[in-house]
Amino acid sequence: MTARPQVVVVGAGPAGIRAAEALASAGLVPLVIDEGERAGGQIYRRPPDALSRPPAVLYGSEAGKAVALHATFDRLVAQGRARHWPRCAVLAVAERSLQVLGPEGVSTVRFDRLVLATGATDRLAPVQGWDSPGVYSLGAMQVALKAQAVALGRRIVLAGSGPLLTLVATQLLAAGARLEAVLDTASLADQLRGLPDLMTRPSLTVRGLAMRARLARLYRPGVRLGAIETDARGPVAVTWHDAWGRPRRSPCDAVGLGWHLRAETQLAELAGCAFDFDETWRQWLPRGDAMGRGAEGVYLAGDGFRLRGADGAELSGRLAGAACLEDLGLPVQRTAADLAALSRVSRFAQGIARAFPWPRDMVRQTPDGTVVCRCEGVTAGMVRAAAAHGGADVNRAKSLGRVGMGRCQGRYCQIAGAEIVAAAAGHASPAQAGRLRGQAPVRPAPVAAIAGPAAAVDPLQGDR
Amino acid sequence: MDNPGESRGRVVRLAGHGREPLAFTLDGIAHGALSGDTVLTAVLAVAPALRGGDPREGNRAGFCLMGACQDCWMWQEQGPRLRACSTPIAAGMRLLTRPPGDWP
Repeated sequence: MTARPQVVVVGAGPAGIRAAEALASAGLVPLVIDEGERAGGQIYRRPPDALSRPPAVLYGSEAGKAVALHATFDRLVAQGRARHWPRCAVLAVAERSLQVLGPEGVSTVRFDRLVLATGATDRLAPVQGWDSPGVYSLGAMQVALKAQAVALGRRIVLAGSGPLLTLVATQLLAAGARLEAVLDTASLADQLRGLPDLMTRPSLTVRGLAMRARLARLYRPGVRLGAIETDARGPVAVTWHDAWGRPRRSPCDAVGLGWHLRAETQLAELAGCAFDFDETWRQWLPRGDAMGRGAEGVYLAGDGFRLRGADGAELSGRLAGAACLEDLGLPVQRTAADLAALSRVSRFAQGIARAFPWPRDMVRQTPDGTVVCRCEGVTAGMVRAAAAHGGADVNRAKSLGRVGMGRCQGRYCQIAGAEIVAAAAGHASPAQAGRLRGQAPVRPAPVAAIAGPAAAVDPLQGDR
Repeated sequence: MDNPGESRGRVVRLAGHGREPLAFTLDGIAHGALSGDTVLTAVLAVAPALRGGDPREGNRAGFCLMGACQDCWMWQEQGPRLRACSTPIAAGMRLLTRPPGDWP
């Protein structure tokens, strides 16, 4: 043990940046490892210099928060109070060390404490034709717009549910893209059920409703999705039924899909965290206390811990940093205000989950011929056949049917796959189908990078 | 107004038009991109897919654009494969939508 403990923060979004700031305030010099070119995460992603635009254009009403967050992190790094490894992916965690894949290959980074702020991806449900080129996640539509100033098609249909659906739609319209329809599988009745909790942050709710008003008749609630019709090039139309059951068809050349978020939890699992199935979010989430303590020396923050959005990520990042300092016996700033604010943000997030629910019945009724796993082309029928053989167990279904075995490691099929496996076995909850075990490396890595002679360096050694 | 080259592409540029142009090749054919483009943007501005040819996989044009889905891996005439959504385009890149001849 050395005088100055080494704390590594994984992720440089709002949670990771605020955790690093908290750690630096006590004199630690955290190492922040992030896959992005520049710090900011997905929500406050910064475009390359050549594509720089004013913050108000990039981040809308959240421009002030984005600018403050970027400035905080840039200042920490410039002053030598935090170190930043951009373009680096953590592949594995074991025995107080991380395997990190960067531009120069794989290295081993030892740590005393670890803060995981790994964020989330879109949560996807299979729709017939979604494996066609030209179908993207809603997040992809937003990244393309913010970081590259492009629309991913000439005539776009967005479908799914959650706050991102309306947000991406209004951002695309404002930027001059052409939308054909915005199809929400949540009904107005679902949305009313979320309202009491949503009113814990009335200004956000009002802003969301104002955005939706701007979409006017493009926005359709209570939609039942049919299929994405495709030709060799990609999508040509989306078929759907409106809230009154009338069949509709929206011609398009691109589709964006997403049902809110899926926490990115592989590293938490490898770091020894326990998991619980959360019925509200319909997914497994790592267990942790209010401050984000997940396992011995492991702290969790941001959407990878609880899906509370960007403001919740900043608060939980600060709290995870404080928990780490407290456990190290270092001075901690008051946390009561952050805890209170986080509890309000959490209640709002529950409202979001209720208002824009996972489309359980749609997923359970996925036609046999529809692809569930985009990587490997595994269909719903193949998942059901695997479940008939292996029973209600997602890991057996993976072994037998390859669902979750592809190059995305189940990130985009595991939630739907578990729902289908559970339904096939007659269970009401995917919790009864178990949890897909995580495997290192959590990102694909070239064999040469891992097996090569330069693998066993410790770049922190010089600091100690 | 689309130019003939761009009309075969998938993405529509909405802003940032006045950037430094640079040249790359896709399957041996010369194309232009703009500095600041990712490989994915540059390729999908001139072509409908990043990768194809494997009948089991069909054509691929990326999916998540944040490095999670691994849908957008491409080949180069020389050198390692690359993830198109998170790799900036560079002048002189020689990209392939199919594996080079010596790929196992």
